Parts: sequence; structure tokens; C-alpha cells
Amino acid sequence: MLKPIFTFLAASLLLVGTASAETVKLALIDPLTGPMAAAGQPAFEHLKYEAKRINANGGLNGQDLEIVGLDNKVNPQESLVQLQKAIDDGIRYVTQGNGSSVASALISAIEKHNQRNPGDEVLYLNYAAVDPAFTNERCSYWHFRFDANADMKMNALTNYIANNKDIKKVYLINQDYSFGQAVSKAAREMLKEKRPDIEIVGNDFHPLAKVKDFTPYVSKIQSSGADAVITGNWGQDITLLVKAAAEFGLEAPFYTYYGASSGVVTQLGDKGVDRIYQINEYYGEFEDPEMAKRQTELYEQAEWDFYYLRLSTMLDMLKKATDKAESTDPVDVAKVMEGMTLETTTGEVVMRAEDHQVQLPMFISVMKDNMKYGAEGTDYNFKKVARIDREDVSLPTTCRMRRPK
Amino acid sequence: MLEIVIFSTLNGILYGLLLFMLSSGLTLIFSMMGVLNFAHASFYMLGAYFAYTMGMEVGFWPALLLAPILVGGLGAMVEKFGLRRVHENGHVAELLFTFGLAYVIDELVQLIWGTVAVAYREPDYMREPLFTLFGTDYSIFRGVVILIAVFMFIALWFLLKKTRVGMMIRAALTHGNMVGHLGHNVPRLFMGVFGFGCALAGLAGVIGGPLLATEPGMAVTLGPIVFVVVVVGGMGSLIGAFYASLLIGLIQTFFVAIDASIADILNAFGMNVDPYGEVTGITLASLAPMTPFILLVLILIFRPRGLMGELEP
Repeated sequence: MLKPIFTFLAASLLLVGTASAETVKLALIDPLTGPMAAAGQPAFEHLKYEAKRINANGGLNGQDLEIVGLDNKVNPQESLVQLQKAIDDGIRYVTQGNGSSVASALISAIEKHNQRNPGDEVLYLNYAAVDPAFTNERCSYWHFRFDANADMKMNALTNYIANNKDIKKVYLINQDYSFGQAVSKAAREMLKEKRPDIEIVGNDFHPLAKVKDFTPYVSKIQSSGADAVITGNWGQDITLLVKAAAEFGLEAPFYTYYGASSGVVTQLGDKGVDRIYQINEYYGEFEDPEMAKRQTELYEQAEWDFYYLRLSTMLDMLKKATDKAESTDPVDVAKVMEGMTLETTTGEVVMRAEDHQVQLPMFISVMKDNMKYGAEGTDYNFKKVARIDREDVSLPTTCRMRRPK
Repeated sequence: MLEIVIFSTLNGILYGLLLFMLSSGLTLIFSMMGVLNFAHASFYMLGAYFAYTMGMEVGFWPALLLAPILVGGLGAMVEKFGLRRVHENGHVAELLFTFGLAYVIDELVQLIWGTVAVAYREPDYMREPLFTLFGTDYSIFRGVVILIAVFMFIALWFLLKKTRVGMMIRAALTHGNMVGHLGHNVPRLFMGVFGFGCALAGLAGVIGGPLLATEPGMAVTLGPIVFVVVVVGGMGSLIGAFYASLLIGLIQTFFVAIDASIADILNAFGMNVDPYGEVTGITLASLAPMTPFILLVLILIFRPRGLMGELEP
């Protein structure tokens, strides 16, 4: 009597099992609400958009990719809760980018988890947490970084600044945590080496995502007589900083890591033109028709600009790795991802096996008016001013990778 | 140096006045009804969002007037249909009610306007410099904000001290029952005060939105500081709130402007400490966001009734 019911139940369980085995889930643990949501939301939409493209091209080794968004409010504790939630849901791929404080907690937690749960390993794809430590003294086999780290970016940026003889006084303003400290340290060391005549006229740290009114900092920059400002600020900290600077008529250009973050263009308008520089793996011209198509489509679908080329690179590399390994198991994927190369619109990128730090060409761009593809529905976007080749961005690593047997 | 002092003073006063706009409503509601309105900063946020949405239709100036009225109306409704019923169950229930209300408003704002900041800006002509000093521009908008805040302070003072309604409110502060026995409609007065207080918060939002940022986190970030203002100024004291707002605004901006660490200051007093130590190396600038709360703790220890408060809290 009960037997048919049991077989039905068993069959339906089996069905559920196969259904979930057909999709590979990638959890995005990032701020999706709160003051830093402007940094997490676009990444979420990018990933969902790119996942559609990956799935249309055969998915990951034949399986569909699904993006799961988990809100961490840039809080390390909250992130660990979300990581546990992801693991409990059987998710084996995690990505995160906003906040090296979060990345640090995730790396430790994933190391521990993978050590204790062989056969259930989790892979961490880092798309924007750029504290250099993660691919140096704290490198982990389970962590792959798809963004140039803070030192590499500063290396590229200072190479550019070194050639600009007009810059004599530089002001540094950064967020007060590991990443901001790393930016400031790299700037001081590299400028000293490349342009000993440049004077650092200020080195400020402000709390992460807490400052609403940057005007006191701007007055300080103004009175220091700086010719240029270098900042690693991101999220609302960059938007509000450059907004305050524009409002007070600060003439010094800003050399930023994330000057093209969402909101900046809208807030600044013509006051940002020729004043906001950015070092990034891409810029806002979209000469490649394929990239132009992605920009147009993404903006139409989600009202976000195509800003994260590295997210496309990350998913393309994940696809290449799963296809090559003929498996979606993180252990197999990690093995083939080491040393993998990928042809992108800006040139070849390499996932260096030594430290799992991507090696890629970088670009310095500046905000301009009347661009073909404007950001945030305006006519402003970032125009390329310099390309720094992969070899010139690259830096040696101190990583001594411990690989599982 | 002089330019830093001048601009820090201007910025500090501006920030202080914004805080005062917010806290004046809160302190009014508290002194009158004994309700610590946790949702006060949420009304501030609503003011910014309403003005943003209306501004796109009717322009900045009409929105400056309409948004606070709308927020005030909403506040009055909350008092009439929510708070008044909860009131019978005592202060704890009221506190919990406003606490819950803050969450509800936060979530609603995220549902309606999204989780990221909206592009609420002052009109372009107000972004032009009012004056330029030492190469630094001071925008017309900032001047307008100071003007509005000062005007609001004067109007509020006039309303409370010189009009009949103000007299009733002041009487109801201390002798609520007596005012009721004299035939005045005290519940309606309460509703009015609550709505008016919310409208003031809404006005602060209309101005604070373009000045800072209009995003769903704006209530949470400013909320605690507003409570600090009310406690430091003295519970229920409008003048106290005014002084406390300016004090906090100025302290916060000057802490950022001063380029010194704890060690620098201690060493200047003849103590010999390590200028790069874990604690002594902390700069005053990085302490700036903490200053309101340090002030709060000090006030509670040394002068629990606040700067101008009459009653012990």
C-alpha cells in the first residue's frame, strides 16, 4: 500500500537531486544594501548578466551557472554567517570583492573549512579585494584574485605620475583599514623610489563608510597646496569625497582606484571632467563592438554600466577551467586554473600559479564629456590616457603556496 | 592655517545647523510627550526622498516647502492612529513602537527607491560659488542652507515664545492635565507637535539630502548623533539642542582639520610617549566620528541633565 508512495517520494527526491546537480551555484557575498550597496549591486547585476552569456555558450562543463546574492553589509561577521549559509546550501563557489576586511575573514574561514571537510571544498574567487597580503604572505590555494592588487595598481599609477613633471606635491587620503593602509604605504614607497622630488603633503585616513561630510578633508587638501590627490576610496567614500572636492572648487586632479564607481559621474557632472583619473583594467570607450554591446545591454536591463571587465574575465576563466577539467568540482577546477591564460578584449591575462594573482594589462583613464557611450545615462565617461602592459604592472610575490596533496 | 580655521568654522556651523534642524523636532516631541522618537531620523530620510521625487516634478523650491508638509502630515497620522493607542500601554510600548516604525520606514524606502543612493542634487545654479576665499569655493547652496536653518530657528523661537499656540505647548510641557482641564484639546496638540517635529526633520532631509547623500542608510548614520545632541543639550531644551548641535558640528570638523596624534598632544604637555604607538599614534582626524559619543559619555558622567536641561533624565 505504502510502497508506491515511497517510490514516488524517492523518485521525486532523485529528481530534485539531478535538478540541482545541473546548476553550479556561485554565491556573491557583498553589500547589497546599505551605504556600500552601490558597490555590490552592480557586481551582482554584472554577474547575472554574464552568467546568461556563459549559459548560452554551453555553461560550465555543460551545467548552468546560477548566481546567488548574499548580503553582508561589508561586515566580516555577517559575511561568515552568509558563507556558512552558502556552504549549507551546497554552494561550492564563492565570490566577493568589496572590502579586504571581509576577504580576510573569508580566506581564513574557507581555509579552515576545506581542511576539515575534504571532498566538500569551497573555492573563493576574489574580484576586487585588493589587499596585497592575500597573494603574498597570506596567500591561499583556495583563493584566486581576478583584480590587480593595490600594489600593482599603485605600480602602474606611479609609473604614470613619475612622467608627469607638473606634479610636485601629492596628498594621500584613504579609508582606515587594511586596504587603505596598503594604498598609502605603496604610494609613499613607490613615489619615493620613482620620483624622490615629490613631496607627500598629507596622508589622511578616515573611517570606512562612516564619513558623510568630506568638506573638512577637502579644506585640508586645499590648504596643503597639493597638485594631485591619490585615493583608494570606493563605494560612497569616493563619491562623497570627489563631490565635496568639486563643490569647493579643488583644482588638483584625483588619481583614484575607483573613480568610475557608480554615482561619481552623476554627482560631478562637468566638474569632474579632466579631474578624475582612474587606474583600472578597463575604461569607458568600448571600441570593441562586443564590449559596446554588453554596455548597452547591461544598462538597458539593469541600469548599471559595464564597469567590471574583470567579472567577465573571471567567469570566462571559470568556464574555461571547468570545460578543461571536465568537472565542476572546485578541487579539479583549482588545479587547472593555476597558470591558465585567457584572451580578453584588452589582451592576454594570466592567472599566475605561484600566488593565484591575475596578471593583466591596466589602463589609466580620465573623465571626459561627449563620450560615445556615456556612463549612468549621461554623456560623461572615462577615456583612456595610458595603457600599462602586463609586464609593467606585474610585481614579484613572496607567496609560498601550500598545495593540498 | 587661517583658511583651515575659517572653512572648518563654516563647515562646522553648517553641519551643526543641520543637526539642530533634526534634533529640534526630536527634543520638542520628547519634552512634550515624553516619547523618545526612534523613528525621527527616518522622517528625515523621508523628507529627502520626498523632495527628490517631487523635485523632479515641481522643482527644488516648491519641494522644499511641500516635502516637509507631507512628512509632517505623515507624522501626525502616525501619532493619531499609532502612538496615541500605544500610549495607554506606557512609555516602553511607545519606545518599541517608534523603534519598529524606524525599521518599517527603512524597509519601505528600500522597496520604493532601491537600495542604492539616488541622484538628489541641488539645482545647478546653486552649485555656483557664493564667494571664493583662498582658492576655495563656497557654494550658494551652502549659504542658502545656513539661511534656512537660522530662519527656522528664529521662527521656532517666535512660535514658542510669542504665540498663543506656543504658550499652550509650553504650558502642556509641565502641566498637561491642567491645560486639558482648561478645555484645550491636548491630544490634538500632541498630534500637532508630533507632526510639526516630523516636518522639521523632513525639512532637514530636504536640505541634508543634497548636502550629504540620499540613500537608505542616511537615517541610521545620523540617528545616533541626533540622540547625542538631545542628551548633551539637555532633554527637552531647545536652546540646549542648539548649542549642542553647533558644539558637535564644530568639534567634529576641527578634529579632522587638526593634524596631530594623541602623542603629539601629550608630548606638548611635557609627557614623553611614543609618537607611533598603537594607541598614542592615533590621529585626532581618525577620532572625529567618535567625538559625539565621547562627549555623550562625558556629559552623562559629569552633567547628567545636559548643558541646558532642567530635569534629570
